[in-house]
Amino acid sequence: MAEPAPRATPRIQLAHGGGGTLMQQLIDGELRRLYADPDQVLHDAARLCLPHGRLAFTTDSYVVRPLEFEGGDIGSLAVTGTANDLAMAGARPLVLSLGLILEEGLELALLRRIVDSLAATARQCGMAIVTGDTKVVERGKGDGAFLNTSGIGLLEVVDPIDPRAIVAGDQLLVSGDLGRHGVAILAARHGLDLQPPLATDCKPLWPAVEALLAAGVRLHCLRDLTRGGLASALQELAAPNGLELLVEEERIPVAESVRRTCDLLGFDPLHLANEGRFLAVVPEADRQRALEVLAPGGGAWIGRVAEPGPGAARHRGRVLLRTPYGSERVLVPLSGELLPRIC
Amino acid sequence: MTREVTAVRELAAELAAIATRPWTLMEVCGGQTHAIVRWGLDQLLPPGLRLIHGPGCPVCVTPAATIDAARSLARRPEVILCSYGDMLRVPGSFAGGGEPADLLGVRAAGGDVRLLTSPLEALALARRHPDRQVVFLAVGFETTAPATALLVRQAMAAGVANLSLLAAHVRVPPAMEAILTAEGNQVQGFLAAGHVCAVMGTAELQDLADRHRVPVVVSGFDPLDLMRGLVACVRQLERGEARVANAYGRVVRQEGNPAARDLLTSVFEAVDRPWRGFGVIPGGGLGLRAPYRGLEAQGRFTALAAGTGAGAEPESAPEEVCISGRILQGRARPVDCPAFGTTCTPEHPLGAPMVSSEGACAAYHRYGRRG
Repeated sequence: MAEPAPRATPRIQLAHGGGGTLMQQLIDGELRRLYADPDQVLHDAARLCLPHGRLAFTTDSYVVRPLEFEGGDIGSLAVTGTANDLAMAGARPLVLSLGLILEEGLELALLRRIVDSLAATARQCGMAIVTGDTKVVERGKGDGAFLNTSGIGLLEVVDPIDPRAIVAGDQLLVSGDLGRHGVAILAARHGLDLQPPLATDCKPLWPAVEALLAAGVRLHCLRDLTRGGLASALQELAAPNGLELLVEEERIPVAESVRRTCDLLGFDPLHLANEGRFLAVVPEADRQRALEVLAPGGGAWIGRVAEPGPGAARHRGRVLLRTPYGSERVLVPLSGELLPRIC
Repeated sequence: MTREVTAVRELAAELAAIATRPWTLMEVCGGQTHAIVRWGLDQLLPPGLRLIHGPGCPVCVTPAATIDAARSLARRPEVILCSYGDMLRVPGSFAGGGEPADLLGVRAAGGDVRLLTSPLEALALARRHPDRQVVFLAVGFETTAPATALLVRQAMAAGVANLSLLAAHVRVPPAMEAILTAEGNQVQGFLAAGHVCAVMGTAELQDLADRHRVPVVVSGFDPLDLMRGLVACVRQLERGEARVANAYGRVVRQEGNPAARDLLTSVFEAVDRPWRGFGVIPGGGLGLRAPYRGLEAQGRFTALAAGTGAGAEPESAPEEVCISGRILQGRARPVDCPAFGTTCTPEHPLGAPMVSSEGACAAYHRYGRRG
């Protein structure tokens, strides 16, 4: 990989997006190394040669403040986020587009770190960045950098992974402990000096999904536990499909340090975002096999889809959490902004 | 099952064994309310034992007039208005005509409103922006008042000219007194707020327990702490006792934290103060002592209405339908409110208890108690 060319100025200027010499320097010096085929960079469209089969296609935009946090940055998020959305459809991530909207004044050194992270994470996800675009907006019109990625993956499941495939008696599993990414972001945003620091859980999910498929686990539904955390994901599955989900709070894995920080700030780990965790809904007969795949990575069984019983109609669409003390409460999605409490 | 879970279940069994009559207790602090609703502890209690949620949420009891003053300051171009997170979302008086009712709304409309996690950040802000006026909306109980007192001391010592305070700190014992003396009071015993006692000690509560013949048990915020507090309180009631007991000994000492208390009392004095939902509570607030009054925002910005201080009118809830006043007094539950979960949600709160992470309505909403 070529060393980036020395720059006259260490910050992004409006002219970097203007299509002229500076833009060319930015592409050549900073961005070209991202591309699987650097010669394609200047073409208007990527030519793809994909394996035969059904494809999955997804897009997501990334706005995170601050741009860097413990264990990750907006670059690693932008690649894993889209790769993971593909994985949740049962698709092996293949290719990626990258849109960069940079704010005038962004430090070039920071951009370079983000680009490094984009490149490394794409390699880690087995994805090739094949096309992209860069724009610069005036100072004050952006939060340093906004990223958009779209991804294409190859579907490796026969039956579609879909909430509508969930049936009564299905089992709920999570792939690892919850809340690390949310705490890492909150800590960076509010200047909390956590000792030891808590790193984001951001990581590609395809390897775990692939292992589940290889073990013959039938996946009725997968959901990555990003914004809104486990609480929102469960609610999104229960409400539109008229299901009642029963969850054992004691079984939900949460690291002690995440729990302590949440207690301190008044947050619930079940509401915090994760960037490397997912919920798997599998038939009861496959529960043990799924657990054997997920447990080594910290995964756990957390509950099940209720069988219809007396009064079931009344409870459709709700997520009922049994606390460790034997009491029950309805789990509701987070509403409003996460703000630290006073005392 | 962990040892803690076993201990909680054993205490629940003990409560069922010792309670021979119905009792009504109040947990004073909003943090305790949240834990009770979060963990469903009320489901573990014997049928006759009723918990009433207390007013212990500093954001909730801050009068609308104070928030209105903060909003009016935040709209001034020279002002940086800063406060704690929850405070930014509490509606003040509804002005109508699209006027933003909370400080986040003022921020969205261009006001410079910032979130602090510690009062001393206000001093740093004032130093970084010598050409601006930094106003700190200082709310909280005796727990956060010492930190504000430290800010006041440091700001005075450094002669920082561009920092002022909208001081709205409140004291808990006078509110407990107001609840006990209110007509139709049902509270027979208190779980007192552990963190307040960690600073102030238990002397003030002893006086309250003696005069009103009511048991007061200093309690913490974990399920186990709360269950211990409940057992200690019910035991006293069953025996006809009315003492101050400490069920949070790992944090609270009888004498409190003398250093923090001295800091607090050197800067603040007890003043009469309106509480949202209560009206004026005698001695219910902390005002700056004379040497520090130069730091009051009310003195800096003459346009501020006099309505932010001790003499303000007790105000009604921001909208007719919201019953937050009765909820704060423990006379109604969030689910009794027709607006709860319908027109009043955390996204569009009508009253402060739906905003604050310590508010009873927010606890009920967040933990799925929908009636």
